[in-house]
Amino acid sequence: MKRQLTITAAAFAAVTLASASSLVADPVDEKLSIDGKDMVTKTKAPEGHPFDEVLSGWLFRTTETRALEADSFNNPGMLGVEAGEAMWNKVEGSAGKSCASCHGDAAESMKGVGASYPKWDEKTKRPINIELQINRCREDNMGAEPLEFDKGGQKELTAYIKHQSLGIPVKIDLSQGEMQKWWDQGKEMYYTRTGQLNMSCATCHEDNMGKMIRADHLSQGQINGFPTYRLKQGNLISVHNRFRGCIRDTRAEYPKAFSDELMALETYVTWRGTGLSVETPAVRQ
Amino acid sequence: MSKPRVKVPKSAKAGDVITIKTLISHKMESGVRKDKEGNIIPRKIINKFTCEFNGAPVFTCDLDPAISANPFFEFNAKVNESGTFKFSWVDDDGTVYTDEKKIEVS
Repeated sequence: MKRQLTITAAAFAAVTLASASSLVADPVDEKLSIDGKDMVTKTKAPEGHPFDEVLSGWLFRTTETRALEADSFNNPGMLGVEAGEAMWNKVEGSAGKSCASCHGDAAESMKGVGASYPKWDEKTKRPINIELQINRCREDNMGAEPLEFDKGGQKELTAYIKHQSLGIPVKIDLSQGEMQKWWDQGKEMYYTRTGQLNMSCATCHEDNMGKMIRADHLSQGQINGFPTYRLKQGNLISVHNRFRGCIRDTRAEYPKAFSDELMALETYVTWRGTGLSVETPAVRQ
Repeated sequence: MSKPRVKVPKSAKAGDVITIKTLISHKMESGVRKDKEGNIIPRKIINKFTCEFNGAPVFTCDLDPAISANPFFEFNAKVNESGTFKFSWVDDDGTVYTDEKKIEVS
């Protein structure tokens, strides 16, 4: 009897092993070009990076999802970008101004902006991202109410601004102010296990990158395509929403959007995608 | 606030089969959902789409409530002469959204 059990256990182990190896699914080796414009989806990692190569999440998605992003007409996220364009030109606030009143044509004035944020903000002594920069402009220059997290067209306007940098490689300047300190803090957060599941960002996006977690193909967790159109939600999703969702999924308490924790994480995770093209609005599962 | 978008090649050779893509932003409210108070949200969908070329029908279809928001159509057409594609979307409230695209056929 005992002998029989051992055999069964061994057979079970063999089956588990066989299925585990089939769960490894490599990212595809393909090139992304959006409306004929070539994107960098694979590049040499910056110094001090845990990987040799930085890979865009696009390489990890299915053929159909990849095709959606390659044609801006098919990309559902572009509806959000169009709504963002309308906001760019909409006059709001006591100063009677729109974004366009000062910045003119976004295709000119916002080119490259989306690839270089978060930046150091001397006024608040912390990093500032596009969403907070929009609010700064609204309050200081337009005399308008700041937008609440993910509301009032914040995602759409952010997507419109970042879309002007489509194809430009991400590069943030860590030498400004105390950016390095915030980067360190973000790095610590990235590797700290949290929640009942005791997982860190690195558990999925570094240690198990490229493997399947049930039906989901784990990517490097890059944020070069945010705000991104997620098919799951049928909507544009902001990066802080995604951070909070990921942390929530580890069954941990999650920080508020634009809190010190998430600004540090955004700084660090943006750096991890150095060299990848801005793909906003990317299409993901 | 519905806005049609259409993608048609600007030029083609006579006899070519071209691909046409259309998208209209519309919430396609099905008429079976309820609001917070439990009242049914009235149906408001695009119920018909047509495309014609120089007056001749190319493609037409009826839409039903199960079709998701922002309906997208992609279809092919054979072009033998230059002309204009006319597109129309009919809303439940009677509004007709239209768009036109010209094509040069050589």
